[in-house]
Amino acid sequence: MASSQPRVSDLAWDADRAAAIIAAHAGTEGPLLPALHALQAAFGHIPAEAVPALAHAFNLSRADVHGVVSFYHDFRDHPAGRHVLRLCRAEACQAMGGDGLAARARARLGVGWGETTADGALTLEPVFCLGLCACGPSAMLDGALHGRLDAAALDALLDEVAP
Amino acid sequence: MTLRLFIPRDAGALALGAEAVAARLAAALRQHGVAHEIVRTGSRGLYWLEPMVEVATPAGRVAYGPVAPVAAESVLEAILADAGPHPLRLGAPDAIPFLKRQTRLSFARCGEIDPLSLADYQAAGGYLGLTRALAMAGPAAIETVIESGLRGRGGAGFPTGIKWRTAAQAAGARKFIVCNADEGDSGTFADRMIMEGDPFLLIEGMTIAGLAVGAGKGYIYIRSEYPHAIATMNAAILLARAEGLLGGDVLGSGRGFELEVRVGAGAYVCGEETALLDSIEGKRGQVRAKPPLPAITGLFGCPTVINNVLTLVAVPWIFSHGATAYREFGMGRSRGTMPIQLAGNIRHGGLYEAAFGVSLGTLVEDIGGGTASGRPVRAVQVGGPLGAYFPPALFDTPFDYEAFAARDGLIGHGGIVVFDDSVDMARQARFALEFCSVESCGKCTPCRIGSTRGVEVLDRVLAGENVAANLALIEDLCQTLKFGSLCALGGFTPYPVMSALTHFREDFVPHRPLAAE
Repeated sequence: MASSQPRVSDLAWDADRAAAIIAAHAGTEGPLLPALHALQAAFGHIPAEAVPALAHAFNLSRADVHGVVSFYHDFRDHPAGRHVLRLCRAEACQAMGGDGLAARARARLGVGWGETTADGALTLEPVFCLGLCACGPSAMLDGALHGRLDAAALDALLDEVAP
Repeated sequence: MTLRLFIPRDAGALALGAEAVAARLAAALRQHGVAHEIVRTGSRGLYWLEPMVEVATPAGRVAYGPVAPVAAESVLEAILADAGPHPLRLGAPDAIPFLKRQTRLSFARCGEIDPLSLADYQAAGGYLGLTRALAMAGPAAIETVIESGLRGRGGAGFPTGIKWRTAAQAAGARKFIVCNADEGDSGTFADRMIMEGDPFLLIEGMTIAGLAVGAGKGYIYIRSEYPHAIATMNAAILLARAEGLLGGDVLGSGRGFELEVRVGAGAYVCGEETALLDSIEGKRGQVRAKPPLPAITGLFGCPTVINNVLTLVAVPWIFSHGATAYREFGMGRSRGTMPIQLAGNIRHGGLYEAAFGVSLGTLVEDIGGGTASGRPVRAVQVGGPLGAYFPPALFDTPFDYEAFAARDGLIGHGGIVVFDDSVDMARQARFALEFCSVESCGKCTPCRIGSTRGVEVLDRVLAGENVAANLALIEDLCQTLKFGSLCALGGFTPYPVMSALTHFREDFVPHRPLAAE
């Protein structure tokens, strides 16, 4: 959901930065999800080192924290590519040819769902509904929305980020 | 005189280029040296006409659309010529039949006003409902909601006032109002539109609920796929707090109500109310067994009212116009209006708020104009991924909770997804089972295991293995899912599967292998 990916130089684990982010949520009731969103916004993923730090700060077991991180589709265990293209795979977009567009994107990029191109340029992710169901097929590229996509429009998007 | 233009910043309009249109119009206006103001609104919900640009004239608004970025300058020439002729000129927006035929109670302002202008909101009747509610004692306010006949718009259709009364009467030092804005059903976007286009309406509805029930705090749980709605709601909450419409002393009443947005993390099942509560608490979004009802033991163990966005935004109108006026709309036990969402392969897709009772065929063929592709309609899925597929033979079904249930369907959150005759219904049935297997929270066995076995059995049917026996097995499995699951995810997945089998049996023949993904 971040409008742009963090810079590569910012993705490395930094215990002090993480501790500050976690501490900022200490006063929140039910702090784990907000803290995870903030960590992912900072590091581009949920670094493994964050799990014990969260567990300690919020008085949870590491298993509890891991269970939450792995339950939600949004949280990554490694950084995404420089760009993220999320293609809607839900019914309203299917009705407008979304499956064909998805096949086109996978073939051109040579990746499956959730995978990143070999050059690290782009991660392709499925999304189940962006709420653009009257103007499908739709997609989100680095936070920017695109509707009424067809093969030419998809190609133009991909030309920008993964030429 | 300053020229006033209105351009949506609704996510749907942005996806169609509204930002570029606004930028090009602003640049051209500067070049012309015209004093102007560009107001960014929500969308009126006529998505085939987005981006829709409106201009204020002495005779009212005049609309142009769909304005592609490349057409911005030529449309501006027409606008500067006294809102004159242009191939994209639509005239007065209110006169467009799609809008004119609606009964807009909840969406009266959406697309017309600046979503973050409290002055605009109040000038258009905003906060009249809360003012009336504040003049009532809590129990009287709850009676008003009961009298209105309002039922939960998230899909279950439970009487809202009864839920409020249960939470109000439950013992607890703290109580909560939780708004379910985890609008995950494909084909639905009404929650998103109202949060982006008229956020104070949701704040007002939640405040009325909080004061009636005796809850001091509310949470709005918004899915992460809606970054624009999240931003607008957060901005609106800050503005409302600054004006004393939230906080310790709402409108000088001496009573307090606070609001906070919580963001989901991409789990469909968190739209289920108890999974949503666990998610706010920072846990895996797993469904809780009921009882206890959330109204008695809900968020953080406290009495909690959980209502959908569309339920809560119906509330201010009920207080400003009266419960009787609201219940005069509708049919049977479905009172009031429903913001219906026309989606998928449809010519005139968008938001259509109408009193309950309009037929499915009228919505799809007449109001929606049939398919976008121009091919015949073959199936419509009503109520999201867990809703049934109806063929045109069932188009006489009125939009009503009970009428859809009587035909083994549901209206859910009011989304209608249209498919033309190129759809493969066996593939849609398989998708429903696959979706359930991916999104299952894993707590109950029928949903967790049954959905996976269902995909496997259906694949055998499509491979031509023991077709009759395997179809019988799927029907049996659907019975287990329907009656044995803990929540609607497993319990309703049989609707799309069984409706596809019932109405489109001819599609369940051997297929070429479906691509493994």
